[in-house]
Amino acid sequence: MEIGMIIETTELSKRYGHQTAVKDLSLRIKEGEIFGFLGPNGAGKTTTLLMLLGLTQPSGGSATVCGLDPVRMAREVKRHVGYLPENVGFYGDMDAVQSLEYVAALNGIGNKGAREKIDDLLDLVGLKGDARKKTGAFSRGMKQRLGIAEVLMKDPTVLFLDEPTLGLDPEGAIQMIGLIQSLNQSRNITVLLSSHNLSQVQRISHRVGIMIAGSLIAEGSIDALAEASFGVGEKEYSLEEVYLKYFQEV
Amino acid sequence: MQGLVAVFRKELQDQLSSYRFVILFALIAMVSFITSYMAAVHMRENLESLTATRFPFLMLFSTPGVMFSMVQFVAFFGPLIGLVSGFDAINRERAQGTLIKVISQPVYRDAVINGKFLAGVTTIAIMFTAILLVISGFGLSLVGVVPGVEEILRLFIYLVISIFYIAFWLGLSILFSILFKSIATSALASVALWIFLSFFVSLGAEVAANTVVPIDRKNETPPEAVLQHARIQEAVSLCSPMVLYSNATATIIDPMRKTTRSIILMGPMEELLSTRFQNPLALGQSLLVVFPHMIALIAITVICFAISYAVFMLQEVRT
Ligand SMILES: Nc1ncnc2c1ncn2[C@@H]1O[C@H](COP(=O)(O)OP(=O)(O)O)[C@@H](O)[C@H]1O
Ligand SMILES: [Mg+2]
Repeated sequence: MEIGMIIETTELSKRYGHQTAVKDLSLRIKEGEIFGFLGPNGAGKTTTLLMLLGLTQPSGGSATVCGLDPVRMAREVKRHVGYLPENVGFYGDMDAVQSLEYVAALNGIGNKGAREKIDDLLDLVGLKGDARKKTGAFSRGMKQRLGIAEVLMKDPTVLFLDEPTLGLDPEGAIQMIGLIQSLNQSRNITVLLSSHNLSQVQRISHRVGIMIAGSLIAEGSIDALAEASFGVGEKEYSLEEVYLKYFQEV
Repeated sequence: MQGLVAVFRKELQDQLSSYRFVILFALIAMVSFITSYMAAVHMRENLESLTATRFPFLMLFSTPGVMFSMVQFVAFFGPLIGLVSGFDAINRERAQGTLIKVISQPVYRDAVINGKFLAGVTTIAIMFTAILLVISGFGLSLVGVVPGVEEILRLFIYLVISIFYIAFWLGLSILFSILFKSIATSALASVALWIFLSFFVSLGAEVAANTVVPIDRKNETPPEAVLQHARIQEAVSLCSPMVLYSNATATIIDPMRKTTRSIILMGPMEELLSTRFQNPLALGQSLLVVFPHMIALIAITVICFAISYAVFMLQEVRT
């Protein structure tokens, strides 16, 4: 592992039957950065995150996360990585505190340690007033924020956030983006953020990677990418053209 | 380990506080009250038979009052308890998006399925032990018979076999909840299989036996044919866990029965023994008679859970 690299993948691939979801992905993400993982729906972003967590087996290639191989040491990887799935779910008959308590128990955090932490986390995500409300009655935005609180329970080194702003109203999306940025700055958490919404992500990402149909076609800072051109299939595109062609319809 | 404990505790709490548990418990409690009451009344009317038997207490469970005995009731409705506890175990979590959240915590993936299965079995055990105790207490006060040590031992073995029996159905419904995305489908599949194994296997056994060895009622049938007919029928009906369970508990709860076989299939010595000697079987002997059935029952429970386990572990998290 190169020093300072939290995530490294070499030719990581995933095939479902005949369909290739991720093709020869080679990616490096530095400690402390926010990496925006961009791509239209079906590009293979979620599949990549699942492979990095050891939740699905790669068909080829290799990866390390925090220096660990997710295939063989999935549980250790999951100790360091907080993963917020897209459409995160909750047990509707639990309230926010109970939900967090369960996540704490799954992380082996005892009752006493959990209680203080839960207060802090609910405060952080702005759900202190809804601590005893059943999650079944939560709005989309509240669920997403509770989801963030849950992934912070384990004090992660890295966060994988899968479409964290999906389905939020503009104000909620801005709040979420701000929260992610403050977590990165105040706790030095490396963030891998997947999204199909370029404009939201580019605001906080140090670097972005653009994935289309399973292949990473470009990687770098937004400024650098704006000037370069990259090949998708046979043709060459500028960032703006890629954006217009692949991202607009969503 | 921490994952297993956490999942187990949550699931147990869910099970015990769920409406379905309360409803099932109320139903079973009601039926067992009625059957044991009937059995007790029957026993009081036939006091001389009480003095003839060495195990009057067990009769509370094995005497069919008006319709069925407690033992028969469990054989028949027990599966429902298992099925109801597990038919939505995995697919509900999948649908509401909590499964992926749980397994992205630092736990082994099998903690989820093991925790759920163990919590289900614990619930069943609690429910069952409570009912057994209630019937016992009820019987004590109604009939005034006190259980002997051997009777308590027999009841305990009966309890353990019953828990395995219901756990089989629990494992089966968990398997369906893994295989079918839709909760309605897995509920339907569970009930369908229950009906099939409980009703149609015995019917099918009859049909199979008749096809292989047709028995002509008008003409004299050679005894070998009758024998083979009965053999086939018995072999096929053992495919039903219900038959397996009934056989496995038969001589445990009713020591006057000495075999799980029907009269036709008894050897001459066995028949002689069963008519000449009206003494109950000793516990060790009872166990010996039903041992193959017990092992088979435990084996199908373990196999069923092992299949669920394997399918769950190999399945993609998103399907
Ligand atoms: N369990 C699965 N079986 C078959 N194909 C799948 C499965 N999961 C995902 N895919 C396919 O893999 C591709 C990538 O999906 P995904 O990683 O979810 O994309 P994204 O998250 O970028 O929207 C899609 O074409 C999807 O249909
Ligand atoms: Mg996705």
